[in-house]
Amino acid sequence: MTTVLSVKNLTKQYNNLTAVNRISFEIQEGEIVSLLGPNGAGKTTTIQMLLALVSPTSGDIEIFGKKLEKHREELLSMMNFTGPYSLLPYNLTPKEGLTVFALLYGIREYKERANLLLDEFGLADLATKKIGQLSSGEHMRLGVAKAFVNNPKLLLLDEPTASLDPAVAQELRAKILKRVQESSGAVLWTSHNMREIEKVSDRIIFLSRGQIIADATPQILKKRFGQEDLEEIFITIAKKPISKSP
Amino acid sequence: MNFLHVLGIVYRNVVIIRRSVPKLFSLFGFITVELFLWGFITLWVETVAPADGNYEFMLLILSAFIFWSMFDLSQRSFGISFLEEVWSRNIINLFASPIKLSELMLGFALIGVAQALLAFCYVTPLAFLLYTLKIWDLGLYIIPFFINILVFGWVLGLVTIGLVVRFGPSADILAFFIPFLLLPFSAVYYPISVFPPLLQKLTFVLPTRHMFEGMRIAITEGLIPLHNLFWASNLNLICVLLGFLFLYWMLRLARTKGYLSRLVQD
Repeated sequence: MTTVLSVKNLTKQYNNLTAVNRISFEIQEGEIVSLLGPNGAGKTTTIQMLLALVSPTSGDIEIFGKKLEKHREELLSMMNFTGPYSLLPYNLTPKEGLTVFALLYGIREYKERANLLLDEFGLADLATKKIGQLSSGEHMRLGVAKAFVNNPKLLLLDEPTASLDPAVAQELRAKILKRVQESSGAVLWTSHNMREIEKVSDRIIFLSRGQIIADATPQILKKRFGQEDLEEIFITIAKKPISKSP
Repeated sequence: MNFLHVLGIVYRNVVIIRRSVPKLFSLFGFITVELFLWGFITLWVETVAPADGNYEFMLLILSAFIFWSMFDLSQRSFGISFLEEVWSRNIINLFASPIKLSELMLGFALIGVAQALLAFCYVTPLAFLLYTLKIWDLGLYIIPFFINILVFGWVLGLVTIGLVVRFGPSADILAFFIPFLLLPFSAVYYPISVFPPLLQKLTFVLPTRHMFEGMRIAITEGLIPLHNLFWASNLNLICVLLGFLFLYWMLRLARTKGYLSRLVQD
């Protein structure tokens, strides 16, 4: 199995604050790994370092065996992401927005790709409406559609179903999983919805205060923490940061 | 260089400019109002100034105004193309995409050139209709100065972007303020001989001073002022290099300090 993402001793320090502290993990091809942790645990900083938006203080990020800092453009063309901190341009229509991103990711058939994604994510009826006029749920679907514009081999999904009602969230999840299965890509997924995490994850990484405190399958985690519910594990970790994996 | 990336930037900007009435007004409206303003001032100056065959005030002042507007548009368009991404909170998507900084800047520069040319093609016939100003009589030797003007507009655009990256979206006012800061020292509407001696020396490093002084010589004497062209072009080249270095430095700093994510939070 190919290692898609390899993170070694990754650290990010802002003055006296250590946002991410020597974390190491790998993600294999076809694997969906969830990154969980309370607010301020370092999830978003980690994702931003993986997207080359933030430079690590120390440590290495390798994607398909290549260092991110040296092969930024090449590796970013094989990745994509969606997150609540990045909106799509409000003054474009979904069709125009997807066309722009298809071009930015170097897709020659950019018009066809945009139309395909609009159909696939149920956005065709909204194609000519301005993005700024979309509901938050529609916007989120569009964000996920944008994340698939280049058929990424590594997908970073930061709370992709937040603010969606359960039915729409389920539908979107199913679409994401189908797409990921077809492309045999790897996914790093963050969410505060523990049921969602349990459904989609092959493996879960728990972060607390910038450190990995557990990295295992949902079943093993439940066993280790003696809890039946991932949410209970999350609450335990959020309330009382643990030193290391039990 | 991936031209699909550049096309993505150009396409995005063309769509929003075409659709937005305020953007179209900023392209054609301001320049129309200012043309009236400078036209009337010049008509008045012509009536009160002693007749001197060497000074065609209408040609000198209005062509200076038109070329300054091209510079202003080139800079503003460059800076605002970037700010548009910040204002729409799309900047993270852009920096997380595989586009290179050079491709991004080329896209902004092309949009700047297109807007400046559009405004030029609009304002010159209008100036002819209103004041019988035949700017095309200036001849082809104006072209190198015109190119220099657009390029220096991009340089200030690079600086504006660098400052916005460093200080956040609240620094967007600089996109409008920076050219204004240079206006009095660029000898746009008057020769450098009106500056005090010290200021004449200090402003030597400004490419705009050589551009506008050179254009004035071209208009009044009908020859190519090679000295001004030499300094304008070479100082411009140095400024382009420094502008890119400054932006690289600011982006590096932003990635280290986490300022990029702040661009969508402020």
